[in-house]
Amino acid sequence: MRLVVDLNRCQGYAQCAFLAPEVFTMHGEESLVYSPWAGDEHREKAARAVAACPVQAITADGLADPADAPAGAGRVASDAR
Amino acid sequence: MPAEQFHEWLRREGRIVVVGASLAGLRAAETLRAEGFTGSLTMIGDEPYEPYDRPPLSKAVLLGMSAPDRTDLPRRREIDATWRLGVAATGLDLAAHRVRLADGDEVPYDRLLIATGVRARPWPREEEAQLDGVFTLRTRDDAVRLHRRLKAGPRRVFVIGAGFTGSEIASACRHQGIAVTVAERADAPLVGALGGVIGSVAAELHRDNGVDLRTGVMVTGLEGDSVGRVRAAHLSDGSVVDTDVVVVSLGATRNTEWLADSGLGAGPRGIACDAGCRAFDFRGIVTDDVYVAGDVARSPHALFGYQFLSLEHWGNAVAQAEVAAHNMISASADRRPHLWVPAFWSAQFGVNIKSVGVPTMGEEIMITQGSLAERRFVGVYGYRGRVIAAVSFDNTRWLEFYEGQIERGAPFPVEYPTMDRRPEGRKPVPADFPDPSLPTHGATVTLSGYSPADRRLVFTPARH
Ligand SMILES: Cc1cc2nc3c(=O)[nH]c(=O)nc-3n(C[C@H](O)[C@H](O)[C@H](O)COP(=O)(O)OP(=O)(O)OC[C@H]3O[C@@H](n4cnc5c(N)ncnc54)[C@H](O)[C@@H]3O)c2cc1C
Ligand code: SF4
Repeated sequence: MRLVVDLNRCQGYAQCAFLAPEVFTMHGEESLVYSPWAGDEHREKAARAVAACPVQAITADGLADPADAPAGAGRVASDAR
Repeated sequence: MPAEQFHEWLRREGRIVVVGASLAGLRAAETLRAEGFTGSLTMIGDEPYEPYDRPPLSKAVLLGMSAPDRTDLPRRREIDATWRLGVAATGLDLAAHRVRLADGDEVPYDRLLIATGVRARPWPREEEAQLDGVFTLRTRDDAVRLHRRLKAGPRRVFVIGAGFTGSEIASACRHQGIAVTVAERADAPLVGALGGVIGSVAAELHRDNGVDLRTGVMVTGLEGDSVGRVRAAHLSDGSVVDTDVVVVSLGATRNTEWLADSGLGAGPRGIACDAGCRAFDFRGIVTDDVYVAGDVARSPHALFGYQFLSLEHWGNAVAQAEVAAHNMISASADRRPHLWVPAFWSAQFGVNIKSVGVPTMGEEIMITQGSLAERRFVGVYGYRGRVIAAVSFDNTRWLEFYEGQIERGAPFPVEYPTMDRRPEGRKPVPADFPDPSLPTHGATVTLSGYSPADRRLVFTPARH
């Protein structure tokens, strides 16, 4: 699963790091560093993080099970501020 | 064909070609489809990869949180495009509406988007740049090579240039316990982008994290051993630093050479376009079928005196691509201006650095919240009595407020009370930018004049 965080928009609330620490971690107090690729084993957690971000800064694809969703479905966040 | 019918036809069966298959190109393609474009879409990119994200290359990748070849951008939607990857566009025929490719092919278009971005400026001495162990960091291939070398445990990494990328690389090395020397021509890191007041905080950050920071020096040469591996760097103060990995972080060059004879207003500062992302030709006349977005664009901005701005900002690439795509398939009355307020972030040494507006225009700065000594603050830049930019260190949540101030042209100095104002923040001080006529490799926003054909300000490579 590919993901990207709009770090202009991210407020460093760390919800994502709490929900999917394998993918998102805080460096220092409010600096988010994340892995742009999450393996299947982390998909569910990552999806929860995407949904929980209070400013919808995370865009991901392949969120839903590919079998029952059209490709590219998932949260479509506008990256523009 | 009347204009209205033309746009209807264009949306239905027109041919749109995008040159540059990276962030701006991809987001433009997605926007075109989202807005109902059903014609043919061709994505031309000289890198052999589908669009990937670059910011993680100097952060998550070097910190070991991500493989260098696993930063592909997620898709917002299907774009149903023909991909021509691994082949460069080599020419443009404006009259015939055709893009020439390196493999001899020609691709016709009804609308063209140019999003060819920038590339890393190499070490100017070619023989030294060829030495094994000398790297730049812009592409996935660069990241794969550098990552491999850092994992092998070098004795010392030598970073030339303390702009954002150079500082992030130094930070990642220190995080893994690798010895790092950083050489910077200015008096401190980030000076070109944020000025000397903030630069001195950045210098402390480097030093407190164990970086051997050398400022006010130039690198005069790189020395190789008998088998062509880099061995040492020589500095203008006479010192020699033993090293086995050198990362050249001297900023970027615009990818416009392929347009040299096209008649477009393209040069070393980028491709000039109007606020609606339409490219100017070299006479300063705006085209209506060629659009520009992302790092390669320079466009006038109402908030900043209609100067042309060249922005090397991730957020700008996204926002400008969306506007360009919308305008490409819309009649003139429905077009939108690209009025995005510049915004940038960097993560280094565990500190979240963000800016909004155009700091390089700032004459003065005042620390309106927090304190420099604590490295948690907001600095506000003033230009001719108004707020022109703001920078935050670990104080993100306030930036949106200052963005509003910039948009409103709010007065500077900031007189109203602010949260956590300290005595040091009562008065503005000079922002301390280097002489603007001396180009710097550290700036991520470049003011590039008032005219689309302005070539007076030639961007000469920073001689280190
Ligand atoms: C290491 C690194 C860290 C960064 N960190 C940050 C950050 O923290 N915050 C931030 O705001 N920004 C950051 N950036 C900047 C951000 O990545 C860019 O602003 C963004 O990539 C611009 O996107 P673009 O599509 O305009 O250009 P690019 O990403 O440069 O893409 C242009 C593409 O066009 C291709 N191309 C060029 N010429 C041709 C041709 N003739 N034919 C075909 N294809 C061609 C190029 O090879 C490239 O693939 C960083 C950049 C790097 C390299
Ligand atoms: S939850 Fe959202 S705002 Fe918070 S750190 Fe993660 S991406 Fe940033």
